[in-house]
Amino acid sequence: MNTLLQTSRRAFLQAGGAVVVSFAFPGLSAAQTSTPKEKLTLYEGLDSWLAIGQDGRVTVFCGKVELGTGVTTGLSQIVAEELDFPVSRIRMIMGDTAIVPDQGTTTGSKTTQMGGPQLRQAAAEARAVLAGLAADKLGVSADAIIILDGVAFVKAAPEKKLTFAELLGGKRFDRKMTRQAKLKAIADYTVVGQPVPRVDLPAKIAGSFEYVHNVRLPGMLHGRVVRPPAIGAKLIRVDEASVKKLGARVVTRGNFVGVVARREEAAIASARQLKIEWELPPAVAVDSDIHRELRTYPSETQGVKANGDVGAAFPQAARILKASYHTPFQMHASIGPSCALADVRDGSATIWCGTQHSFGLVTAVAKVLGIAPDKVRVAWTEAAGCYGHNGADDSAVDAALLSQAVGKPVRVQWMRHDEHGFEPKGPAMVMDLAAGLDSDGNIVAWDFINITSTHSTRPRHQPGNTLGGQLTGHAPAYELSNGGRNADVSYEFPAKRVQIRYHKSSPLRPSALRGLSAYQNTFANESFMDELAAATHADPVAFRLSYLKDERARAVVSAVARLAKWDAAGAAGASAGSSTGNIVASGRGIAFCQYENENAYAAVVVDVEVNRANGQVSVTKMFAAHDCGLIVNPDGVRNQVEGCLIQGMSRALFEEVAFDHTGTTSLDWAAYPIARFNDIPQVVEVELINRPDKPSVGAGEGATCPVAAAIGNAIFNATGARLRQYPFKHERVKTALINTHPVGATA
Amino acid sequence: MKLTLNVNARKQAVEIAPETPLLYALRNDLKFNGPKFGCGLAQCGACTVHIDGKAVRACVAPVSAVVGKKITTIEGLGSADKPHPVQAAFIAEQAGQCGYCLNGMVMAATALLKENSNPSDTEIRAALNGNLCRCGSHLRILRAVKRAAKAMHGGAV
Repeated sequence: MNTLLQTSRRAFLQAGGAVVVSFAFPGLSAAQTSTPKEKLTLYEGLDSWLAIGQDGRVTVFCGKVELGTGVTTGLSQIVAEELDFPVSRIRMIMGDTAIVPDQGTTTGSKTTQMGGPQLRQAAAEARAVLAGLAADKLGVSADAIIILDGVAFVKAAPEKKLTFAELLGGKRFDRKMTRQAKLKAIADYTVVGQPVPRVDLPAKIAGSFEYVHNVRLPGMLHGRVVRPPAIGAKLIRVDEASVKKLGARVVTRGNFVGVVARREEAAIASARQLKIEWELPPAVAVDSDIHRELRTYPSETQGVKANGDVGAAFPQAARILKASYHTPFQMHASIGPSCALADVRDGSATIWCGTQHSFGLVTAVAKVLGIAPDKVRVAWTEAAGCYGHNGADDSAVDAALLSQAVGKPVRVQWMRHDEHGFEPKGPAMVMDLAAGLDSDGNIVAWDFINITSTHSTRPRHQPGNTLGGQLTGHAPAYELSNGGRNADVSYEFPAKRVQIRYHKSSPLRPSALRGLSAYQNTFANESFMDELAAATHADPVAFRLSYLKDERARAVVSAVARLAKWDAAGAAGASAGSSTGNIVASGRGIAFCQYENENAYAAVVVDVEVNRANGQVSVTKMFAAHDCGLIVNPDGVRNQVEGCLIQGMSRALFEEVAFDHTGTTSLDWAAYPIARFNDIPQVVEVELINRPDKPSVGAGEGATCPVAAAIGNAIFNATGARLRQYPFKHERVKTALINTHPVGATA
Repeated sequence: MKLTLNVNARKQAVEIAPETPLLYALRNDLKFNGPKFGCGLAQCGACTVHIDGKAVRACVAPVSAVVGKKITTIEGLGSADKPHPVQAAFIAEQAGQCGYCLNGMVMAATALLKENSNPSDTEIRAALNGNLCRCGSHLRILRAVKRAAKAMHGGAV
């Protein structure tokens, strides 16, 4: 077991010997960090960020966490570069509230973007300190020192040298950052920009990686939770005798019900067999058409963007097009169900879990347990990929409640039906668009409004934002947020109005799923652009370029067209694919977005084959061009973009959560299928545009946002059928084909 | 009930109910970390081990059914320092993101290559189709299996 599990930061520093320093980030404004403003002064000491060990290794204390995207490697490269130290000897400690600085939530593809600069600054600062120490000890001036791979040499006499370990191994820096440390010129980079192999993959491929699922605590018990059978059900009583022969102990608090047993399979069996009496809420009729229902919810409208006079522009337009787009509830669908361990004893708690926000979870857990936040430690430990707010935080609260009740360490691993059933879902949405065209077919007016719930209900210090918190009487407390991500388009029109309409009601608990609302909003925007291009008989690539001024945006659109050998003649208009005779129609579509209208640029071209007889859609090729500024690790970015394309394809083709008034009814992989090997395109090509003169922005979400639109546009190109709702399951596509080509028409 | 399991060529006794899925014996009694709990329904493949060389879902195989058989976990193939050729190929292709599915991918691929030393793209896809990956590492995994096939043929890759 990781020895850190039992040690506090203080003990770690004493045992390992370490460095420290703190102070507001030199050269960085608070706006450029995810660290809460009020905490900036806490981390002014350099020792808050990194330590030089006696063994010559460097330990980095990182408030951002690894979600499987490879940031451990990328952040190590950033530190290695500034510190002139080998990546292989850097150890990254992430997300442990007893050890690391608070760098906010690990979300929104902001780890490299917002967390990287803080580590870069600390590393530069540490290097300057080490160079100064070397100069003193070797009797030269600091500018006579060069540092290579963690060894400080006298430039003119390289036999005179000292390693970092000799200079400061096991000692603290004991100084605040000076703001004077010079950052390395990007032109001099030798580590950042290289495809350094991921530091975590060998252990993951060998089966020896320390996931939270593998943490074992002495004397720990296994716990499972039993959720109410319907939203709003109240616990009347449990029959403890029903699981007595299994040796399980039943824990209840409010409406929270769990079981604890020495053996895991006994806990599983007990959760299944426990007899519980619930008082069910009155059955509420749920509209079978969720999008119709969304329109009936009380809502509030917020403006996102406006220019020109939309009210005047529409009446003057020669032609007005309108379309509505519908998207379903979707799930994160982590392959490893959420898992957490808790040891709550003697008024303090330690939690091991894969949360995206350790510091926000501390307060939430403390309030649920009724203990002081400074008695709670969240020792973040990597979990399975989450792609947003899955059950990680909830499982942590489950484990904490069970451990507190039995006074022993408890491990809770959610079952598959727990994860599918109770992880928060990416919400269903409606997007209504209208555009006015002048007599030459130019867009002169653009109007967008969506209908959405919030896209974030993360704990963020609020116990009621966790299932365990709600079941023990805490009310949810969150802002309506993130429904407007990529509601606006990068295209420039004379008159534009972009609004979002938030509702508080939701049949399922909504929260952040990769890209948040950007995937849905981009589906609508980029499908509609395609509809407008088709209506004006324009080539979809040229049409987009004619409204894009930003050179970086234009570059990714042009690059993907080149990469895919886009043929303007072939792709323009509908039904360029075969429309006569063949059962299988083929076509291609393009879509573009700049993530959040200010971060990574991504353009995607997709080729599809559509079986006209049964509506089956196969994605045969995918192409992407991507610009995330300065690339820290090209293979890491490529891996992310490939993953965005495949996961984006899976969401567009297959994924839709089924539910009724009791909650989610898609409770396993048969009910919620995702893309499998047989669905993966034969060709996936990615072109990365490196911009060393531009700041690095995240690469974890941008490329997934255009995928549904690109596929929908390709289906239109192949068949003439416009799909304004995904997933593009064969029944839906078949219906669209029938409606597009009524009986008797050419098919 | 006391049962003896032959795991990675080592016999070990466990005190366990005979119907218990093998996965819990491996993870909790014998402390193996490679096989993962993913669904408990034999739907995702994260728990895959080899029983007498064949890929089997440990989350549904009763422990009593594998007594006397050769059980191999991913730890029995190789280690991070001394990887099996399939593991080495996965590392070379950087085939993975979160890595939670990789136990199953490596075990399914290794079992495939034992049966078919030079599988086609279609055969690899078919063999891995029951193993789910959510990160979208499929393309890299396919390349890794092809690389492993080549390497195990004796050719340099």
